[in-house]
Amino acid sequence: MNNTVILDKNAVRRTIIRLSHEILERNSDMRNVVLVGIKRGGEVVANRVRRYLAQQEGVDIPCAGIDIGIYRDDLVSSFFVPDATVNRFPFDITDKTVVLCDDVLHTGRSVRAAIEGLFAMGRPGSIQLLILVDRGGREVPVRADFVGKNVPTSRSERIEVDFEEFGAQEDRLYITKLGK
Amino acid sequence: MLKRKDLIGLYDLSAEEITEILDVAENMKKLLRQGIKKLPHLQGKTATILFYENSTRTRTSFELACKYMGASCINISASTSSVKKGETLIDTGETLDAMKNDFIIMRHSMGGAPKLLAEHVRASVINGGDGMNEHPTQALLDMCTMRERFGRIKGLKVAILGDIAHSRVAKSNLFGLKKLGAEVTMYAPETLIPKGIDRMGAKICRSREEAVEGADVVMGLRIQLERQQAGNFPSLGEYARFYGVNREIFSRAKPTAIIMHPGPVNRGVELTGSLIDDNASLILDQVLSGVAVRMAVLFLITQYRNQQM
Repeated sequence: MNNTVILDKNAVRRTIIRLSHEILERNSDMRNVVLVGIKRGGEVVANRVRRYLAQQEGVDIPCAGIDIGIYRDDLVSSFFVPDATVNRFPFDITDKTVVLCDDVLHTGRSVRAAIEGLFAMGRPGSIQLLILVDRGGREVPVRADFVGKNVPTSRSERIEVDFEEFGAQEDRLYITKLGK
Repeated sequence: MLKRKDLIGLYDLSAEEITEILDVAENMKKLLRQGIKKLPHLQGKTATILFYENSTRTRTSFELACKYMGASCINISASTSSVKKGETLIDTGETLDAMKNDFIIMRHSMGGAPKLLAEHVRASVINGGDGMNEHPTQALLDMCTMRERFGRIKGLKVAILGDIAHSRVAKSNLFGLKKLGAEVTMYAPETLIPKGIDRMGAKICRSREEAVEGADVVMGLRIQLERQQAGNFPSLGEYARFYGVNREIFSRAKPTAIIMHPGPVNRGVELTGSLIDDNASLILDQVLSGVAVRMAVLFLITQYRNQQM
């Protein structure tokens, strides 16, 4: 297989550490910060950041996953019934700084949907975006605040994300070619 | 994929079409259970609920299904509309067409009325019960509940007891269940068994016990007091005693069997009160399936019509 690995296990670990520090640098008052990960990959990223901050920095902040199924912009154009779960966070996001996390940023449409989902649950004070891999190709004006790695890709490529939480042997993000 | 402008009856549908509706309904039900009841698929569409007969649950269920899918919905009762002034059904339909209405959800005391209307209007017609003919969404919701509980329809034994002669629910269920491979047994006073229904695939039993024996589903049908001018049985008390389903009769069904009833129930007549409230009773789940199935039908018809444009 000629799959190009973007991030391997160690690179994922180091990137999570660096991004966690960037969150600390950017936000002077961490008591006001919450993590929200876009299901499913982004939820893993958010949980890893939460765990690092709690274990290594002694900063324990709330963390939850958000299901963007019913906020997708192609529900009507592609006419399908979403397989979605309802969002109920164990904390309030109103006036909080929400660090929205996802594994891969591409068109920006998922992020747009997630922002809609966040506002359906309250009015955040601000939203910051944390991304493990930015592959370019934006279709809506979305920009990440914290970027793990920039990897320009073409539309014919796909980025596969293996996380241990999904049953993979070890973490790995790699590019595959679409088509044949 | 469902390629229909209207839903008139399950007699017309193939097993594949019924399965597709049930599949979509299952997804809708999953969303409804979580309280997700805001889908955008019917935004900008309008539905008119045109009921020439009384109803609470079917009407409410359709209305909520429309609203949960984003459609706007209006209600017309025959008693307060121009129908009172003698307007014909087709004229009413064409008037609604001219107002750019998209769906007519219809109930009528005459069998075949929705089919007639569907042939004359641009709007999609959904049958919400026509006389003693069909009530397709009721049968679909019954099958939705059965399939969710048992994981399949094929091979189930469904016992239907009650006023079968006047029941469009019995007929739609019979058509649908047979198409999906279930076995249907029926039992009622002989005066409430319509002639020829055995030729449609129902097994007519000679006793309650025989009908319920080994059943997966025991379905009671309402004794339609408003349609009993002929004196088909002596009294409700006597009906309950000799034809109703009580715990003893129900114990002949499989241990995993469920109790169903399309509602409204005459408590203590078709089913005893304690059976209605029993854990085996899925009567309220049927109500949830009802909204889900109606959302699914609206969804699939809209999908088809969007593609035609």
